[in-house]
Amino acid sequence: MNKNTTRTGKILWLLASLAFAAALIAGWQLIANMRLISPVFLPGPDRAFDAAVTGFESGELGGKLLLTVERMIYGWVLSSILGVALGTLIGSSALARSYFGPTLEFIRPLPASAIAPIAITLFGLSNASVLVLIAFGTIWPMLLATIHGFAAIHPRLTEVGHVLKLSRLETIWKIALPNAVPDILASMRLGLTISLILTIVGEMLMGLEGIGNSILLAARSFDAPNLYAGVILIGLIGLVSNLLLDMMDRRLLRWRPSR
Amino acid sequence: MKGLVFPLVALVALQILAMVWGIESDNLASPVSVLQAAWTAALDGTVLTAASHTLSTTLGGLAIGGTLGLLLGLLIGLVQPIDRLLTVSLEFLRPVPSVALIPIALLIFGLGYRMELVIVAKGCFWPILIMTRAAIRGIHPRLMEVSRMLKLGPVARIWKIFLPAALPRLFVGLRLAAGVGLTIAVTVEIATNPYGLGYAVMFAQQSFRPDLMFGMLLWIGIIGWSFNAFLLFAQNRLFGRAALVGARS
Repeated sequence: MNKNTTRTGKILWLLASLAFAAALIAGWQLIANMRLISPVFLPGPDRAFDAAVTGFESGELGGKLLLTVERMIYGWVLSSILGVALGTLIGSSALARSYFGPTLEFIRPLPASAIAPIAITLFGLSNASVLVLIAFGTIWPMLLATIHGFAAIHPRLTEVGHVLKLSRLETIWKIALPNAVPDILASMRLGLTISLILTIVGEMLMGLEGIGNSILLAARSFDAPNLYAGVILIGLIGLVSNLLLDMMDRRLLRWRPSR
Repeated sequence: MKGLVFPLVALVALQILAMVWGIESDNLASPVSVLQAAWTAALDGTVLTAASHTLSTTLGGLAIGGTLGLLLGLLIGLVQPIDRLLTVSLEFLRPVPSVALIPIALLIFGLGYRMELVIVAKGCFWPILIMTRAAIRGIHPRLMEVSRMLKLGPVARIWKIFLPAALPRLFVGLRLAAGVGLTIAVTVEIATNPYGLGYAVMFAQQSFRPDLMFGMLLWIGIIGWSFNAFLLFAQNRLFGRAALVGARS
């Protein structure tokens, strides 16, 4: 073991890495200040930051942020529940798996946003439409992970279930679902990323108030500082939600020996 | 074969439903009229024009983003200090969804080929970067020793040892990135850019042609599926089981 893997070494590298990121931002500021790229296209980080502060002070940006995060979470929770429920229905029977599996595998690689026109057709330009878009686009990882988790139960566990004379429901609840939990959690992380993407796409398409729509409007009115502020905020939503999921994963999967 | 039963039954049921209750309207179309619209769109060249735009953007973006991802991936894979130095920056940049960059690309390039290309390139950059880094890390230490023994220079080392050893997994990265690229291209077309397959679906929806809308969706499915199947076939043909080693790690 070299010293880089020790705790202080790690912290030093983290600091160095942070410094490098700061240097990148400083470089961005420098490029903007020297006007190497037109300020219409690339405002400095100071102007983007100012735009964000002004937006938050007026309460407008905070409201939009909240709306976007709300949509993302509603869509994610809805599709997680639907995905696990549907996955349980299909996954708990080998027969159902063989009938529905191929269809699901065919639909899965379709671009999720391709659901948008269908959603608009059926529900118009509304919140319901965005929710349908998010739910149908996001359900796949959870659905397939649940089915996979059910299919990959160790035979010995099934035997234990037989020996204990567990009913079908009990087998699902006590053996199959816990067995699928690591897969499901991993898929929910992917699902959250997709949910954020589809929230943004949905807001842009349906013109609903939120960060996704506001950055598109900012671009159309050549309001670069607000545009960059919005994009950075979206990045932060992604970053923070991923970190939260990381923490949740570690807490929930403590019982697993590997990892 | 069992897999075909469900979609066939569902389609026939929908068709019967459509014929008995007449659900055809501005919003819905029966399976038969969808197939007819898809067939007509294929004959009159709509599909060809749209697909060539979408696929050329996907491949162009894959080439640009993939090359950049490969270079940076090689750099951070081979030079550990750079990897550590870049960690925070990369972790902050990665969660920015490609679609959030649509407005920036729109502002700089306006509508058209270039803005879509940039966003697809950004989307393809990450999977290739991550797979390249993982592929370099996954190279057997003995090969490193061999390269040291032979006193190969850095270029010869990359060209003769690292790339061949990492190639199978690089191809897996390429395949994943191609799928991501196609998805992003269609998404950009649906969200803003009035070209390609995604726009064809949006256009059909806006002109109240549900048969054409579902027909074009069918084409997106077929094209996307064949694209993936072709890459998967190429991967199996070129690398066989070598590509599977550690591909999921």
